[in-house]
Amino acid sequence: MVAKQKIVGLNGDEASAYATKQVDPDVVAAYPITPQTIIVERFSEYVADGLVGSEFVAVESEHSALSACVGASAAGARAFTATAANGLALMWEILYIAAGLRQPIVMAVANRCLGGPINIHNDHSDAMGARDSGWIQLFCENSQEVYDASVEAWRIAEHADIQMPVMVNFDGFTISHTMENVYILEDADVKKFVGKRIYMKTEGPKGEVEFKLDPDTPISIGPLDLQDFYFEHKVQQMEAMKGSLKAIKAVDKEFEKITGRKLEYVYPYKMDDAEVAVVGLGSAMGTVREVVDELRAEGVKAGMVKMRLFRPFPVEDLKNAIGNVPVLGVMEKAYSIGGPGAPLYEEVKTVLYDLPKRPFVADYINGLGGKDTSPEMIRDVFKSLQRIKERGAVLEPVSYVGVRE
Amino acid sequence: MSEITLKEMSRKPDALICGGRLCAGCDETIVVRQVMKATRGPTIVTSATGCLEVSTSIFPYTSWEVPWMHCAFENVAALASGIEATIKAMHKKKEGPLAKYPTVDVISFAGDGGTYDIGLQALSGAIERGHDFTYVLIDNEAYMNTGIQRSGGTPFGASTTTSPAGKVILGKTETKKPIDEIIIAHGTPYVATINTAWPLDVMKKARKAIEVDGPTFLHSLAPCSRGWRFPPEKTVEIGRLATQTCVFPLFECRQEKGKPVYELSAPSLAIAKRPENKKPIEAYLEQQGRYRHFFRPARKEALLKELQESIDTRWQILCEKAGV
Repeated sequence: MVAKQKIVGLNGDEASAYATKQVDPDVVAAYPITPQTIIVERFSEYVADGLVGSEFVAVESEHSALSACVGASAAGARAFTATAANGLALMWEILYIAAGLRQPIVMAVANRCLGGPINIHNDHSDAMGARDSGWIQLFCENSQEVYDASVEAWRIAEHADIQMPVMVNFDGFTISHTMENVYILEDADVKKFVGKRIYMKTEGPKGEVEFKLDPDTPISIGPLDLQDFYFEHKVQQMEAMKGSLKAIKAVDKEFEKITGRKLEYVYPYKMDDAEVAVVGLGSAMGTVREVVDELRAEGVKAGMVKMRLFRPFPVEDLKNAIGNVPVLGVMEKAYSIGGPGAPLYEEVKTVLYDLPKRPFVADYINGLGGKDTSPEMIRDVFKSLQRIKERGAVLEPVSYVGVRE
Repeated sequence: MSEITLKEMSRKPDALICGGRLCAGCDETIVVRQVMKATRGPTIVTSATGCLEVSTSIFPYTSWEVPWMHCAFENVAALASGIEATIKAMHKKKEGPLAKYPTVDVISFAGDGGTYDIGLQALSGAIERGHDFTYVLIDNEAYMNTGIQRSGGTPFGASTTTSPAGKVILGKTETKKPIDEIIIAHGTPYVATINTAWPLDVMKKARKAIEVDGPTFLHSLAPCSRGWRFPPEKTVEIGRLATQTCVFPLFECRQEKGKPVYELSAPSLAIAKRPENKKPIEAYLEQQGRYRHFFRPARKEALLKELQESIDTRWQILCEKAGV
């Protein structure tokens, strides 16, 4: 049965903070400065007003923020942090450790570009730097998706078959600072949905124990793991990440039961008969949808696929969503300097390569450093895709959208 | 403070047991065992990357009989902050796996590299935030785990692989960071230096550090046979000489009404009272290969004099602070 909900005006940061308040994690450790996000400020207010039982640890850097979360999580806590851009980059070392030690931490990332030169606005270069680290990565299109993901992330992270950290990504400013109407659940329903944290079982020196720091059942966490076992442990992580594709679906279904909102890994839009389509992540996909509608009205068979899940990469869902479209454009706010294309393009092409009939694919890098991706620019992308269709060839595999000559 | 006796401590099981792979004559196991003898109940240990961590936890084995965790090199204090915050949160909420223990103590072990250099920021932050944990600096005065590279804790003149004694430059040209003063300046409730040559003193200070509310800091000098170049059976002897020469005086510092109150510990207090018992630094230096160039091929009188004077000055400053 769908639970009672109410509509409130929240920006993305507030949606994240509000959901986290309802979850009431044991420890929130954050350094909200490089660059600043409102999430931690809002959460500190909840702490100051006694609305949560969480210990708020105002650490001295993002590196320590995630390190404290790793310690907290290993001690059995639910641990949350939030960051963006260079702050996420500073955490890079600990991202791998948090994931490698299988700590189900939840982190909000208000995606912003990496310096230098310094710039505090949106793109996905921060999150793409974390894509190989072993974190589950969800991307949100609007504040509602931020709220939903911020509640659901705990169940995903702590699922018995997953036990991995989750990163909730949403575009800096475009979502983080834009107020929208958001349906929110009651505190009790959120509490009931997330339940109590469950722990992974492990073989301790004296038999099977829960994987946590507990004086009654002492184990060593984070040992030196040499040639003998490291590879096996990494394979376990990779396999668990792959396996999470099934488990996340189950959590999505439970979430749908209480909210009535159906969550998918990818959202195809007008793809059934599409001749030109765009795939991408994040807030820009809302604008793409508008443009698709306009083009359809003009008789262009346009379509789009929005990805909500980026890690694990939803290979089969994406293949199904793309279907038989002959020309596909990847729109992404990221880059890989010196690479054959930007990250999403490379991965989408990898997924499509084995198909008997694969579309032409071109990469459209857009919006770096917060440059606006306007409907006009998206129309240009579709025009470019139509030219590829007419010519039957991709002349420019990677291009930059809206950049001065 | 609850009483600590050698008899009681000798009966208590070790937290760090056999099977570790530290070098023969390593002081680190001695420090850890002595400190861990002084725990008062349920305890969680964190280690920074370093000799201790790599030697006691090679998967699938572990030498630790208490819950133990390693995360990275520079963040042991941040890791401990998260654990301590968890204990607080679970006590406050009265739920979660650690809620059932009336106290859970957190002890962090880190080397000089993980403290003076790469870990200083995390340590400073954790102390400023007032987390209730005990930080034990195991100071062997260089990055020994990776092959004796100089650190901010390496003393003046010591030869290391990145401050080698050559024909022109004679070992490290900079002095050791005054880490105790840096930590005391944070207003840390309890700071003490410890030396395994005086085990009861180590255990008493460790118990005090654990019992004091808020962050506490124990600084142990850990002679390293490999890095300091001396035979492994001389570890404790050389450690003792460090205190007898006042290179590493033993003291405690607690805070009273916002003021640091220094107190010399027995071995150093005895020297302060009878200065004629203070040994010249040569007694300490000449036993160690890292100071070989002070004596060979020729005795470096000027260098020895400079070093003796700086040790004397630091000792005098400490005595003044301790009011003796």
